[in-house]
Amino acid sequence: MCVAVPMRVVSIKGQEAVVSAGGAELTAALDLVENVALGDYVIVHAGYAIQVLTAEEARETLAIFARLEL
Amino acid sequence: MPLAWQGRPLTFMEVCGTHTMAVARTGLASLLPATVRLISGPGCPVCVTPVGFIDHALALAALPNVTLTTFGDLMRVPGSTSATSAGAATAFSSTAASASPMAGVPTPTSASWSTGRASLLYAKALGADVRVIYSPREAVAFAAAHPAREVVFLGVGFETTAPAVAAALLAAKQRGLRNFTVLAAHKTIPEAMALLAGASDLAVDGFLCPGHVSIVLGPEAFVPLAERFGRACAIAGFEAEEILRGLASLIAQVGAGKPRVDNCYGGAVRLGGNPRARALLAEVFEPCDSAWRGLGTIAHSGLAIRAAFAALDAAKRFAVALPEPREPAGCRCGEVLRGVLDPRACPLFARACTPDTPVGACMVSSEGSCAARYQYGLEAAS
Repeated sequence: MCVAVPMRVVSIKGQEAVVSAGGAELTAALDLVENVALGDYVIVHAGYAIQVLTAEEARETLAIFARLEL
Repeated sequence: MPLAWQGRPLTFMEVCGTHTMAVARTGLASLLPATVRLISGPGCPVCVTPVGFIDHALALAALPNVTLTTFGDLMRVPGSTSATSAGAATAFSSTAASASPMAGVPTPTSASWSTGRASLLYAKALGADVRVIYSPREAVAFAAAHPAREVVFLGVGFETTAPAVAAALLAAKQRGLRNFTVLAAHKTIPEAMALLAGASDLAVDGFLCPGHVSIVLGPEAFVPLAERFGRACAIAGFEAEEILRGLASLIAQVGAGKPRVDNCYGGAVRLGGNPRARALLAEVFEPCDSAWRGLGTIAHSGLAIRAAFAALDAAKRFAVALPEPREPAGCRCGEVLRGVLDPRACPLFARACTPDTPVGACMVSSEGSCAARYQYGLEAAS
């Protein structure tokens, strides 16, 4: 099951980040990505961030979710 | 109106369980022109995993001291052996004898298990230590916290999930964990798509390509489908709007007679994919021939754990006897997975086979074509 909503990086500790979307927070491993910064967005699959998006890149997808009122 | 199409009838295939569910849930197919058909292919990882893997998992679950960890979708997939056979009941009862409050509880009757076959849920009910988890990280953490248990994770999934399992295996190795193993059955989807593109009994004009596999592999993975097989390809996200955008691209490509790989998923999909995820995949796994339910064995379509990680390979760590693989009688999941049979045309569909009493894997998994069709539209096949 793929969850496509980009999640914002709230904090980073070592190889883990707390990420947030729509009020939900979870801890994601950063083993599969590089150069993650606070405020970036990540796509998370099975507990691992698999891609990093800038806020700009995430905007289009986030706009779709906003229209869906998720 | 980009979705308009006046030409010959077109068939497009999606190969992603999340696409399957999104299309069914939104009723999107009903919005398409009558000349455009969208079918589901082998995109549900649990569905394409052959019954022999379930048998292997059940055999491991029956071993003393094993904690089996898995994604939830695998729990109810029927294996080859009868649930009520002496073998199955004895195996799990003995596992549970000392540890479980379920020990000694009578075997569930076949009436509550549609096929009368053992599943991981059934094994758990009989006392085997089977746990549903969200991430392979949890299995590694559990192994670290419980050094006396043998923790096995069932590695099922395409290139989206396999990097996570690779990362978990690498982490376990680096931590020196001796009680964590993976039973791996990972598969790579482009090889299956190439097989279907070349199939004589299936005329697919284009593929809706899975968004997150594309994040990992990059759009290049699908270029042979366009260049060698002349099929239109569009990488799409998972919301209805994104899927429609992908379909519009496919129609435009066919109309122009110029098949290519169009990225309709935006910035997340980059040339070269995710280099770090790909490097981890290559470090931990190597390509192998792999058996797919419905498609047979496809060369280089699987990911086997490399020799350097053999100590973490459950298939090598534990010697277990496996039954002859036996698919449920009358089940036509294979044809559904190849896109040649609409779920509603299967004689078992919504009769013997329902989400509560699944016969085949496509009805078990929430991402399966049959489950999607059952949940979101039971009208007769047209």
